[in-house]
Amino acid sequence: MSTQQMVMYDEEFKEINEVIERLLKEANAKVIFLVDKNGQLISGVGDTERFDTTSLASLTAGNIAATGGLAKLIGEKEFSILFHEGEKDNLHISIVGGRVILVVLFDSRSSLGLVRLRVKKSSEELSSIFDKLMRKAEDKERRGVSDFPFAEITDDDIDNLFS
Amino acid sequence: MSFINYASREINCKIVYYGPGLCGKTTNLQYVYQKTAPDAKGKMISLATETERTLFFDFLPLALGEIRGFKTRFHLYTVPGQVFYDASRKLILKGVDGVVFVADSQEERMDANIESLDNLRINLKEQGYDLDKLPYVVQYNKRDLPNIMTIEDLRTELNPTKVPDFEACATVGEGVFETLKSVAKLILIDLKKGK
Repeated sequence: MSTQQMVMYDEEFKEINEVIERLLKEANAKVIFLVDKNGQLISGVGDTERFDTTSLASLTAGNIAATGGLAKLIGEKEFSILFHEGEKDNLHISIVGGRVILVVLFDSRSSLGLVRLRVKKSSEELSSIFDKLMRKAEDKERRGVSDFPFAEITDDDIDNLFS
Repeated sequence: MSFINYASREINCKIVYYGPGLCGKTTNLQYVYQKTAPDAKGKMISLATETERTLFFDFLPLALGEIRGFKTRFHLYTVPGQVFYDASRKLILKGVDGVVFVADSQEERMDANIESLDNLRINLKEQGYDLDKLPYVVQYNKRDLPNIMTIEDLRTELNPTKVPDFEACATVGEGVFETLKSVAKLILIDLKKGK
């Protein structure tokens, strides 16, 4: 396959959640999501219950993909920040480390300036965690270590899923 | 590109329904949505025009159950079939784990089928994928219509590599789940190989 599989481990998952929890407080945001560029939700903090997180992840990724296509058309590499302003709630969407999408939902209790400032700092931290994650996966692959849960599944396991 | 999350013990895979305009990609997803238990599905999203033609994509998340303690989820997408939406189609193919090609069985749509299949190969190649190496199945839809081609002819034209193929009538659901199960299975077998 052309792109490397995305794998998330407990340790990094915790680190990532610490960073976005802190960002949630510092930016005075309502909800924060991290989404894979392919539309898979990685994590979410804040008032996530109120939202259909799966749909949100998929549409965010579609949005980033579409604006990325626009960027290429005008000779830009990508648009790394998108901002959607609503009557009450706003969305700040940014690309972290070239591969994941950080979505910050905030209202009038915060401001675009504050969100941008805090996002910038958190992005660097998140970026280094994702780098670490990639290295870990590459390293495991190189050493031929596989803790992949699917390596031992049987045809029966697969059939049972559809019964 | 599937996403394996050890922290939440989940595995997510992406299936894309491809095919010419009006072949029934959205209808496939709508049927799956109607017939799936509420706890196993999320909201179906359709980004469509006022005349219900797909503009960007349809999206349907499905939870199939657990394998070895991992929740298995499939994200189903359709592409917009109309020729001029090619830029959008390319975007939706990003990170794909498996492809369903939905063909329109009507004689007059044969050229559109062939064009769409060529387009699929080209767009996949641009993303670094090879259709012959991806989990891939073909569905011959609209088998209930009068002016259709024979299965043999469709096979010769659209399935020379002899991947699993299915006859379908998506409006009433015939063949819809068979197609989905087949591609999902191929994806899981692919994952098992540790790709």
